Amino acid sequence: MAIFEKRRLWLAVLIALAILFPLLVTNGYYLHMMTISYIWMIAVYGLNLFTGYTGYLSLAHAGFFAIGAYSLGILTVKVGWPFWLAFVSACLLTTLIGVFVGLVALRTKEHFFAIYTLCVGYIIYLIIDKWDSLTGGVRGFIGIPAPADIGPLSFQTPVAQYYLVLCFLVAVIFTMYCLVYSLTGRTYIAIRNSEELALTLGISTMKNKLASFVLSVFFTSLAGALYASFIRFLGPDIAYVSVMFDFLTYLLVGGIRTLAGPVVGTLLITFLSQQLQFLQDYRMLIFGPVLTLLIIFYPHGMAGGIIRLKAKREEARRLKLDTKRAAAELAAASRQERSERYVKEG
Amino acid sequence: MELFIQQLLNGLTVGSVYSLVALGLTLVYGILHIPNFAHGALYMMGGYVTLTAMTKLGLPYALAVVVSMIVVGLLGVLMERLVFYPLRDAPPLHDKIAAIGILLFLEAFAQFVWGADYQTMPTPYGDVVSMFGLTLTVQRILIIASAVIIMILLYLFLKKTFIGASIIAMAQNREGANLVGINTNKVAMLTFLLSGSLAALAASLASPINLVFPGMGHLVILKAFVIIILGGMGSIPGAIVGGYILGFSESLGATYVSNDYKDIIAFAILVIILTFKPNGLFAKEGR
Repeated sequence: MAIFEKRRLWLAVLIALAILFPLLVTNGYYLHMMTISYIWMIAVYGLNLFTGYTGYLSLAHAGFFAIGAYSLGILTVKVGWPFWLAFVSACLLTTLIGVFVGLVALRTKEHFFAIYTLCVGYIIYLIIDKWDSLTGGVRGFIGIPAPADIGPLSFQTPVAQYYLVLCFLVAVIFTMYCLVYSLTGRTYIAIRNSEELALTLGISTMKNKLASFVLSVFFTSLAGALYASFIRFLGPDIAYVSVMFDFLTYLLVGGIRTLAGPVVGTLLITFLSQQLQFLQDYRMLIFGPVLTLLIIFYPHGMAGGIIRLKAKREEARRLKLDTKRAAAELAAASRQERSERYVKEG
Repeated sequence: MELFIQQLLNGLTVGSVYSLVALGLTLVYGILHIPNFAHGALYMMGGYVTLTAMTKLGLPYALAVVVSMIVVGLLGVLMERLVFYPLRDAPPLHDKIAAIGILLFLEAFAQFVWGADYQTMPTPYGDVVSMFGLTLTVQRILIIASAVIIMILLYLFLKKTFIGASIIAMAQNREGANLVGINTNKVAMLTFLLSGSLAALAASLASPINLVFPGMGHLVILKAFVIIILGGMGSIPGAIVGGYILGFSESLGATYVSNDYKDIIAFAILVIILTFKPNGLFAKEGR
C-alpha cells in the first residue's frame, strides 16, 4: 500500500510540473517542443497498446497519424465544418478506416502482419502524395485553423494550446492505465504471450486484437488531429515510414509495454535531439544503432529496466528477510534443543 | 501492338531487377525466418559502392560491380554476425525492429558520406539498339541477360553443390541440419553473403537506368516483400516468377492505367492476396 501511495505522490509531482511548465519556462521554443512531444507521446501510447501489449508490430501507424491530421485539415478547410465537429469526425473517420484495415490485416500473423501494415502505410503515403486535388500533394496542405474556443476557453495562444494538448495526454494516459490494469488489458498480454494458449482459454483473440488495434488507431489519429491543429501545415512526409520509426524509437527507448515508457522515451529523445542540433540530418546515424543495440542488449527500455531492477531488489529483499527468518528459527530451534539437553543431562 | 511489346520488354527489365532483390530476401527468410527489412539498405549500398568504385577508383563498370557485390555481401555477413545472430532466440518482434534500426543507420550513413543528391551512374552500355521496330538500350539487355545467368548459376549452386545442398537442408529443418553435422552458423553467414551480393548486383545493374540516392531502396524492398509473398515466403522459383509478374503488371499498368499510380499496383496486389490468403499464396502446410 505504501508503494502505491508513493507512486501517486510521484504522479502528482509530475502533473504539477507539467502544469507549471509554461510558468517556469517562458522560452517559446521550449514550450513548442514540449507541446510537440506531448503529441508524439499520445501517438506512441497508441502504438504501445497494440505493439507493446498485444504483441503485433504495426508499421501503418504513421499512416493513421497522417489520415487523422489530413482529415482534420480537409474537413475544416475544404468542407468548412466547425473545428470541433471536424476534430471528432477526423478521429472517428480514421478509426473507421482502422476497423477495416484491422479486419483484414489481423487475419495475418507475425511477419505477414508487419509486411502487410508496412504496405498499408506506404499506400497511405502514396495516396496523400499523389492525390493533389485533395491533399495538396508534395506542396503540402496549409491554412488549418487553430482549435476553436470552447465556451469561455480560447486556444489561440501557445500556452493555451499547451494545456489543451496536456489535457488530451493526461486523458490518454488515464485511459491506458485503466485499460492495462483491467481484465481487457490482461487479455491483450495473454494474447501477446501465446495466442494459441489464449485461444485455448476461451479468449476470442480476433475480437480482442481488433479492439486493441482500433483503440490504438484512435489514439494515433487523435495525435494526428492535434498535430494538424497545432502545426497548421501538413506535408506527405508525416505519413512516411520514418515517422513510424520515430514512434518505435520513442517506445523502445522509453520501454515497451510500460505505462511510463512513451513519456520517458519521447522526452529523452526529443531532449537529446535538441542538444545535438548538428545531428538533425544525420540523427539516424546515432539512433539507428541505438535502436538496434537496445533491442539486442536492453529490450525493456528505460522504464522497463527500472521496473525490472525494482522487482529484482524487492525479490532480493524478500529473500534476505526469508533467510533472516530462517536463521532466527534455526537459532531458536538449536537453543531449544540445547536447553532440552541441559534439562535431560540435569 | 508495338507499344505492348515494348512495355513487355520494359517489364522484363524491371522484373529482372525485382527478382534479384527478392531472391536475396527470400533466401534469408527461407533459411533464417527473418523478414530482413534492411535488405533495401543493402540494395542502396550496392548502388553507391559501385558508383564510388567507378568514379573514385576509376574501375571499369564490370569490375566495379564485382567489387560492390563483395563489399555488400560482407556487409550482409557483418549484419548477421552483429545483429541477427545475437537475436536468434529472441521473440520475432525483436529482429524486425533491429532490422529497421540497421535500415535507418545505413540510410543516414549513405546520406552522410555521399550526400542526399540524386546521382547518375555512367554506363559503357548506353547505346541504343533497334530490332523489329523496338528500341532498347544495351544496358537493358545486359540487365535481362545477367539476371537470367545469375539465376541459373544460383539454381545450379543450390542443386548441384554440397554447400548448396546444406543451405537447402537448413531451410527445410534447422535442427535436423545441425544434427547431421551442418555448421548452421556458417550457412547463415553464407546466406547473408549471397543475399547481399544479389542486392548489390541488382542495384548496380538498375542504377544506370534509374538514379542513385539514399532512399532508392525503399520502394524496391517493399516490392520485394510483395514478390516473396506472391511467390511463397522462402521459395526461390516463387521469387523469380513473382518478380517478373510484378514487373509486367507495373509496366503494363503504367501504360494502360496510370503512370502516377503504378507504384500502388504492387501494394494493391499484396493487399488483395493477403485479404484472401492470410498466410500468403502457396503457404506451406504446418508453418
